[in-house]
Amino acid sequence: MTPSNGLHVETVRVLLRVVIFLSIAGAAISLRLFSVIRFESIIHEFDPWFNYRATKYLVLHSFYEFLNWFDERTWYPLGRVTGGTLYPGLMVTSGAIWHVMREWLRLPVDIRNICVLLAPAFSGVTAVFTYLLTKEMKDGSAGLLAALFMGIAPGYISRSVAGSYDNEAIAITLLMATFYLWIKAMKVGSIFYGALTALSYFYMVSAWGGYVFITNLIPLHVFVLLLMGRYSPRLYTAYTTWYALGTLASMQIPFVGFLPIRSNDHMAGLGVFGLIQLVALGAYVRSNVPSAQFKSFFAVSIVLVVSLGVLGLFALTAAGWIAPWTGRFYSLWDTNYAKIHIPIIASVSEHQPTPWPAIFFDTNMLAWLFPVGLYYCFQELRDEHLFIIIYGLFSAYFAGVMVRLILTLTPVMCVAGAIALSKLFDAYMDITDLFKSSGSAQASSAADSSSETEKKSSKRSSSKKGFPLFQLLTKAIVLSSFVYYLAYFVMHCTWVTSNAYSSPSVVLPSRNPDGSPAIIDDYREAYYWLRMNTPEDAKVMAWWDYGYQIGGMADRTTLVDNNTWNNTHIATVGKAMASSEEVSYEILKQHDVDYVLVIFGGILGYSGDDINKFLWMVRIAEGIWPNEVRERDFFTDKGEYKVDSEATEAMRNSLMYKMSYYRFTDMHNGREAVDRVRSQVIPSDRKITLDTVEEAYTTQNWIVRIYKVKDLDNLGRDLQSAGKSERQESAAALGKRTRNAKKPDLDLRV
Amino acid sequence: MAKKDVAAKKASAAFAARPDLDAATARKPVKSSSPISKSINDVVAAVNTTYTNYLKALTPRLKLIDSFLVFLVALGVLQFVYVLLVGNFPFNAFLGGFISCVGQFVLTVSLRMQYALATQSEESKGEDSPFPTITPERALGDFVFASLVLHFIVFHFIN
Repeated sequence: MTPSNGLHVETVRVLLRVVIFLSIAGAAISLRLFSVIRFESIIHEFDPWFNYRATKYLVLHSFYEFLNWFDERTWYPLGRVTGGTLYPGLMVTSGAIWHVMREWLRLPVDIRNICVLLAPAFSGVTAVFTYLLTKEMKDGSAGLLAALFMGIAPGYISRSVAGSYDNEAIAITLLMATFYLWIKAMKVGSIFYGALTALSYFYMVSAWGGYVFITNLIPLHVFVLLLMGRYSPRLYTAYTTWYALGTLASMQIPFVGFLPIRSNDHMAGLGVFGLIQLVALGAYVRSNVPSAQFKSFFAVSIVLVVSLGVLGLFALTAAGWIAPWTGRFYSLWDTNYAKIHIPIIASVSEHQPTPWPAIFFDTNMLAWLFPVGLYYCFQELRDEHLFIIIYGLFSAYFAGVMVRLILTLTPVMCVAGAIALSKLFDAYMDITDLFKSSGSAQASSAADSSSETEKKSSKRSSSKKGFPLFQLLTKAIVLSSFVYYLAYFVMHCTWVTSNAYSSPSVVLPSRNPDGSPAIIDDYREAYYWLRMNTPEDAKVMAWWDYGYQIGGMADRTTLVDNNTWNNTHIATVGKAMASSEEVSYEILKQHDVDYVLVIFGGILGYSGDDINKFLWMVRIAEGIWPNEVRERDFFTDKGEYKVDSEATEAMRNSLMYKMSYYRFTDMHNGREAVDRVRSQVIPSDRKITLDTVEEAYTTQNWIVRIYKVKDLDNLGRDLQSAGKSERQESAAALGKRTRNAKKPDLDLRV
Repeated sequence: MAKKDVAAKKASAAFAARPDLDAATARKPVKSSSPISKSINDVVAAVNTTYTNYLKALTPRLKLIDSFLVFLVALGVLQFVYVLLVGNFPFNAFLGGFISCVGQFVLTVSLRMQYALATQSEESKGEDSPFPTITPERALGDFVFASLVLHFIVFHFIN
């Protein structure tokens, strides 16, 4: 700390900072590589497969073709205006990287590897922006802590491991960048930073639907500042620049279109924009007139403005100019809203309310450092601290409503946690005052200049005797316990990442009976089979979860996918799955379906299978056809969801049930078989017959079963009677030659 | 009266789509007579003092900026009226034009604030300016940068 050779200290500090940053970035990136090392460089989950497919389309075609892309291979027979219904930021980013690498650096990189490694690379950048943001809040050391937290917090890792090629991968980086620039703009009051904020906001809008969060958060911040009487020309400059440029820029994204001036979600920004104009006017008048006059001026104008504003809003909404709130928005406020009105939103597991353990699991010690950080923010309460408080409160609420919004909570937790921890370190690591006071008693030169109180204390401490053992000890204890927490945090993060977030979910890790690791690769097996053995224009029907994967891996036309833009179409598929064969066959034929694909985990105990999702299919179908599909029919009299001998009539006749358990008992040589997901016994006496579809392929562990839809019968019978007569024939044959038929030809498959 | 409104608006260096707001503020007192006559007088006096102060602080450069602001407001209002009368068929174009007016307006207001305050604080050195780091030159540079961005986007938007 001695400024004797000041230049050196500064240089060393810069050097240290650079080294620390490099190691944080290194840690952040390498932590996210577990999945690549364990499995391979593969795209994960569901949505990333679509992004990957879109990126491939982008690099193979031109940018304009990409924007005008009409995809006829999804949502058959409707198709999807893909170019106009996606956020292109992610694909454009990786496309640009690909071009730069290929054409400028001459590195022939596969686009898949760029997609896989994009998220880890961006996580390093996120750490930098978190540092900058926290530095604005407190100082550089808090910033470094925040960067470290951000680099390894599992809440963020969950969406940014290698292979998790999703919008969030770059969106969180942009979120932090936008916030940093906003704080900077607000502090400096510069048009330049305001414009940069708008540009980064534009990038964010192009990358993720969550931009609405920023759209509301910044106006809210400004609004609260105005209410607190903290208007300043700086605020005006920063906000209006951001809003005018940002709004205009956000309308350039085809998917967003005119939403920023039409939908209520975006109205807060406009309202605050108007308000700040008035406040600026008021401030100007105020600076020129005495306060008494200003008061009446103020009162009159307030009444006018409020009445005009409310009237205007009502008129516009009534006239249909402003769209009412969207369903997803309602579901944020009323957690039951989605369940009642929009089953398709509620059916997604990441839209469920968050349980407490999940928060602790994702943030560990930040969960309790976060309120402390907010407390410190309250204590200082500069304009930028207010931002952290608002951001913290809102994202904490939203994270409680939807699991996946923990993602937006994590950055603010890191920032607030870092502020708290660095305050604590500031207080406890500073041992100079202890030694200074004891030292100054001996060396009189320093004591002369010190103040009265300091002298007193120095006298006291010197009278108490030289070495402040107990103070040092307390400090050491507190510090060491926090160092322990930090170390534990690192271990926790590593553990969570390696165990919970590194599974691609396309490939499942498992263990052999002897404990050696094994890999269950049924999905890719099935998709590859589809790719190789079916005609190129074959239509595959599956529940929407698998739409993107089928499109990406099997390259076949799907009926519905994870985009879920058309609820009716999804309900149609749900109905086909939930109805009896005769009804389903109609639907299948109407939609030209060639293959039906179901996920079945009964053999392996894989719980994410279609029978477990079945109730959602029923519910969604019931939403459109309440008379033909009824959820009640699928529950037993006791209200249980059963697949064993007590299963209801509707359940047993449904196409889904039949396809899942078709020949299931044959696996066990015709004896009763146990479904290992639901721990229920599937009876062997009731043989499941399929007349309208035939089994085409079943993977090694039976996770994916593919059925081919039969064509109309050659003899003009309906397929049921054809199947019946066929079964009678074979039964007769069975009676004649019992011995031959008894041997099941299942050995190869099992 | 109307003249004064325009001046007051100009003076306050504000605002966009609502020239009628100031007019309403000032006109209302004239209509409503008895109960709050004191506050009416206050409002009129406030507008008056603001106006005189504004005239006092005016420099040629600020005057230039202000006349540009008035021009922008007029342009914005003109477009709005056009939409009300004729209809908003090329909605993109209207939006682009209108927002470019509003955007340019707020940018110019910001520039004006920064400029006025910077020169003010130069005169009275002790006072701390709300824009500590921004010199008039930098303000102009920022303004040009932001305007370029704005008009680039508008150009892209109107097709």
